[in-house]
Amino acid sequence: MILQSIGWDEILEAGLATLAMLGGSLFFTVLFGLPLGILLFLTGRTQLLEQTFAYSVLSAVLNVIRSVPFIILLILLMPLTVLLTGTSLGVRGVIPPLVIGTAPFFARLVETALREVNRGVIEATQAMGGSIWQIVFRALLPEALPGLIAGVSVTAIVLVDYTAMSGAIGGGGLGDLAIRYGYQRFKTDVMIVTVILLILLVQTLQAFGNRLVIHFTRK
Amino acid sequence: MILKVDPSAPVISLRGISKDFIVARKAASALRKIDLDIHRGEIFGIIGSSGAGKSTLLRIINLLERPTAGEVLFDEEPITNARGAELRSIRRRIGMVFQHFNLLSAKTVAENVAFPLKLAGERSSAMIAERVDKLLVRVGLQDHASKYPKQLSGGQKQRVGIARALALQPEVLLCDEATSALDPQTTRSVLKLLAEINRELGITIVLITHEMDVVRQVCHRVAVLDHGQVVELGPVETVFLHPSHVKTRELVHEADHADEELFPDSGVSNGQLYRLTFVGQRTYHPVLGAIAREFRVDYVITGGRIGVIRNMPYAQLTVLFTDGNVPGATARLRANGIAVEHLRGEARAFSLPATAT
Repeated sequence: MILQSIGWDEILEAGLATLAMLGGSLFFTVLFGLPLGILLFLTGRTQLLEQTFAYSVLSAVLNVIRSVPFIILLILLMPLTVLLTGTSLGVRGVIPPLVIGTAPFFARLVETALREVNRGVIEATQAMGGSIWQIVFRALLPEALPGLIAGVSVTAIVLVDYTAMSGAIGGGGLGDLAIRYGYQRFKTDVMIVTVILLILLVQTLQAFGNRLVIHFTRK
Repeated sequence: MILKVDPSAPVISLRGISKDFIVARKAASALRKIDLDIHRGEIFGIIGSSGAGKSTLLRIINLLERPTAGEVLFDEEPITNARGAELRSIRRRIGMVFQHFNLLSAKTVAENVAFPLKLAGERSSAMIAERVDKLLVRVGLQDHASKYPKQLSGGQKQRVGIARALALQPEVLLCDEATSALDPQTTRSVLKLLAEINRELGITIVLITHEMDVVRQVCHRVAVLDHGQVVELGPVETVFLHPSHVKTRELVHEADHADEELFPDSGVSNGQLYRLTFVGQRTYHPVLGAIAREFRVDYVITGGRIGVIRNMPYAQLTVLFTDGNVPGATARLRANGIAVEHLRGEARAFSLPATAT
């Protein structure tokens, strides 16, 4: 049988590594991207803390990071990664570049989601005597929740893509497996299995994200 | 608690308020040197065409906009430069109702009404629940507490907006075109609610609107804003029945299709055109016919409006007298407490009856 050449143990291990990379990097991406996105929104034109200069600088930095192809970013960030985690290999070694690569993207999605919130709600909260923190945490974020969840699921899918790429520099995971067996050793069956697993992972993430968005949408 | 309108102690005073906006790198002034006193306990209307600066003026009261010059006084204290915690505590004493309701879509009706209390740091959920229940009963939404805004009609959403604005028991309620997104019937019921709140809770209401009927129905006094300036100010009856500024006339008579300017030159142009204003019970007395017969005058009613200003019936008719003893007839009309204004034809001085209520 064709699939006999596949080491299921290895696939299981690689799958778990992918999930670990995804989970770890998604957590830190949201942790850093959310405040960045809020800051972008608040300092934007005609917004509560309008700061044209700060906004332009922040915006430019995020754009620069987003313009660098991820595979290049992986290589460029190696010294920083080693400094932060002690290694540039394995799950730990890819989380910093994954986070730096996707946090700016997620921050943009957060900014867009917050802009979708009815401005009148902000004005009403101000008129009630709400502070800037209350406006952000009690009004803006709850109102933008469906948009934020959609942003998280899109970001998770981008991360699945990036984890596969990080296999190329020794990150491990399903992508690594696909490259090593499928590409370098011509084991097409392994590549197909890993690709199918990645497809399933993306489909699951998207479906789960959609369910949550619908659950939290009240508009 | 029922408060009488007290003109001696204004709850809000605007002193020399100006507001400039930067539009395309040029300063454009939205408001110019506005002086206004809002009396405690009154319903004060601000009318004007769109772009007259109404909305800016209203937002300056709770400092959502800062004036470029001038002073805002709340309870006779200057608040113009209040910031931070001080500003927030002032805003809690001034409720605001919006044209498009501005409810939080992710919160239920009850949560929306509780929202200002939570923001103000109220921790007792029993107290919050009690206050919310009371407010929902007042606005007639007790059966809708756990619904989300999207499940409500426009009128119901505005009732939630009003309940929310009342949650912190404010002294003043600012209404920004609060009925402009509602159909006429809903508008009437929301206005009734606002009048009730003013009467029973003694809350001063400042409302801006472009709908004259809103002002006719509930306001005590009205200011007319044109190009950023107050061009007319007074009791609603006076401003609506005897407008003196061109802009006011334009606004007030917008719905009256026949007026002196619109009166076509017809064959009977040798008559004299008058505007007769009947107010209160006089509206229902059959004086016009009797006086016409007595002084043998013929008349044509060319236009007018019969209606109610804040529970006071009135009729304002544009009448062309064509024959007979017109001076005698107009003198008798005046003697009957009817305001007679001469509009066209052989000139006559007009006077307002001193007894107009």
